[in-house]
Amino acid sequence: MRLFDPHIHMTSRTTDDYEAMYAAGVRAVVEPSFWLGQPRTSPASFLDYFDSLLGWEPFRAAQHGIAHHCTLALNPKEANDPRCVAVLDELPRYLVKDQVVAVGEIGYDSMTPAEDTALAAQLELAAAHELPALVHTPHRDKLAGLRRTLDVVRESALPVDHVLIDHLNETTVKEAKDSGCWLGFSVYPDTKMDEERMVAILRAYGPERVLVNSAADWGRSDPLKTRKVADLMLAEGFDEDDVDRVLWRNPVAFYGRSGRLTLDVTTPDATHEGNSILRGAPKGPGGGPAEDPGAGPAGAVADRHGATAVPGA
Amino acid sequence: MTRPRTSPATPGADTADDPLTDPATGTGPRPVAGTAADGTPTGAATDPDPGTATLATATPRELRGHLTARLDEPARGWLRRALDEAVDHPGTHGPISVWELRIAEAGRRCGPVHADAARVLILHAARADADALSRVYYQGTGAERRAVLYALPHLVPGPEGLPLVEDALRTNDTRLVTAAVGPYAARHLDAHAWRHAVLKCLFTGVPVDAVADLDHRAHRDTELARMLTDYAAERTAAGRAVPADLHRVLTLTDPPATPSAPATDHG
Repeated sequence: MRLFDPHIHMTSRTTDDYEAMYAAGVRAVVEPSFWLGQPRTSPASFLDYFDSLLGWEPFRAAQHGIAHHCTLALNPKEANDPRCVAVLDELPRYLVKDQVVAVGEIGYDSMTPAEDTALAAQLELAAAHELPALVHTPHRDKLAGLRRTLDVVRESALPVDHVLIDHLNETTVKEAKDSGCWLGFSVYPDTKMDEERMVAILRAYGPERVLVNSAADWGRSDPLKTRKVADLMLAEGFDEDDVDRVLWRNPVAFYGRSGRLTLDVTTPDATHEGNSILRGAPKGPGGGPAEDPGAGPAGAVADRHGATAVPGA
Repeated sequence: MTRPRTSPATPGADTADDPLTDPATGTGPRPVAGTAADGTPTGAATDPDPGTATLATATPRELRGHLTARLDEPARGWLRRALDEAVDHPGTHGPISVWELRIAEAGRRCGPVHADAARVLILHAARADADALSRVYYQGTGAERRAVLYALPHLVPGPEGLPLVEDALRTNDTRLVTAAVGPYAARHLDAHAWRHAVLKCLFTGVPVDAVADLDHRAHRDTELARMLTDYAAERTAAGRAVPADLHRVLTLTDPPATPSAPATDHG
């Protein structure tokens, strides 16, 4: 089973998560830029973060056999802080990068005028860079937030089929589907959406244009939720083609609109003894791969490389 | 363009996908499949083929010939236009110069396998100096930074590019470390920084084949020999294998006086 997590904040996750995700079938992720929990105070803080999403994090992911792309944006919450808004001026030089497959997460948090401005400006940036957009819907006052979001999308130059509306639930799915946008669902341990409700929504609305993600981050969340949804879909009578469609082909089709999706993983071929991010790899008899730098590393990763899935879409 | 790019998964399906030699091993770029050695280049007969040349040592002409023989027509056309633009409009213009845009998009135009070589060529064509290379490096993705490091020895005669090498050597991204220890580092890194670069290769599993001018710089370097011996002792004390590359470099430091592997040293 090949899985694509179209929304997960790997910067906040450990190498244990990468290993577990690979074991569960995850072969590709998209990491949207977002709020870090602790507010930023300047554009420079964003730039270091964007650089990390284009440098260190894809390297980490590749070591675990997972293709990593990102979406970049000024997030809705910090669009309200005038100290941060200048990052919008820096975004264009980032949006041309090979690994950027969408503008995002953009959208509403508290539905303020500053958020209106940032959302509209970034939808235009997406259109100008021929990128799709990942649009978050607010946690509070969600249905009103969805309607306002769709109004801004319709007024923008970006076609609705280039827009993924995320964090949907039972109260917002119908209007989002009727809009022609792609439909994102974040499956969480406690909040947002769970596996059972997800399967019920798939039964009611079908798998077309539906993407399921874990949105795992620094909060209570689970990077294996994509697999858990897939398993429950199968147990509840969906077939493997349905699962592949929702958890692989749909995200490939959506982010593929960027023309920048590369699903082959070039595995960096070296261990990281000492400061390693593979530090602590199992020590096999006579020294495991990561215990012997001279052996050329990450044997455990190298043999994953051949298994890396390619898109079927 | 709406389809994701993947390279052919069939082993040996097409030698045209062979990238230039990268000093790193494994899944990184592999040697150009012996075409130069047996005198039967796969490209057009007039195309120079860098053979076993690396990204750090191939001349622009060799790189161009290598790519021309391997890119498909749309990518070849894109590269030709990108190089012409860079020749016509070098230097930095506004927030981002047109040749900087081409560097950013080289991966999706030429494919990830050939992006390094394409970027190095664009940097050449734009006649990027140390300031321009610094800008591309510090505003670049990991892949763009790697290309800048490969281009350094050709474009910067003096030591002005050293901060980029030092930055790359501080990272733990082995692709950057590999690119950082090429001919430019051999020429300009001071002894202390160079020794640490060699040790970092051993620590991170970057093959020392990537280290340019290793034989010459390691020769009679007693301080490097001490560092290597101490590292071997540390590995042995922990019950871990000593990388074969360590003994190889130790031999280079002073061939006649090289001690045997410190297999019993638990000090």
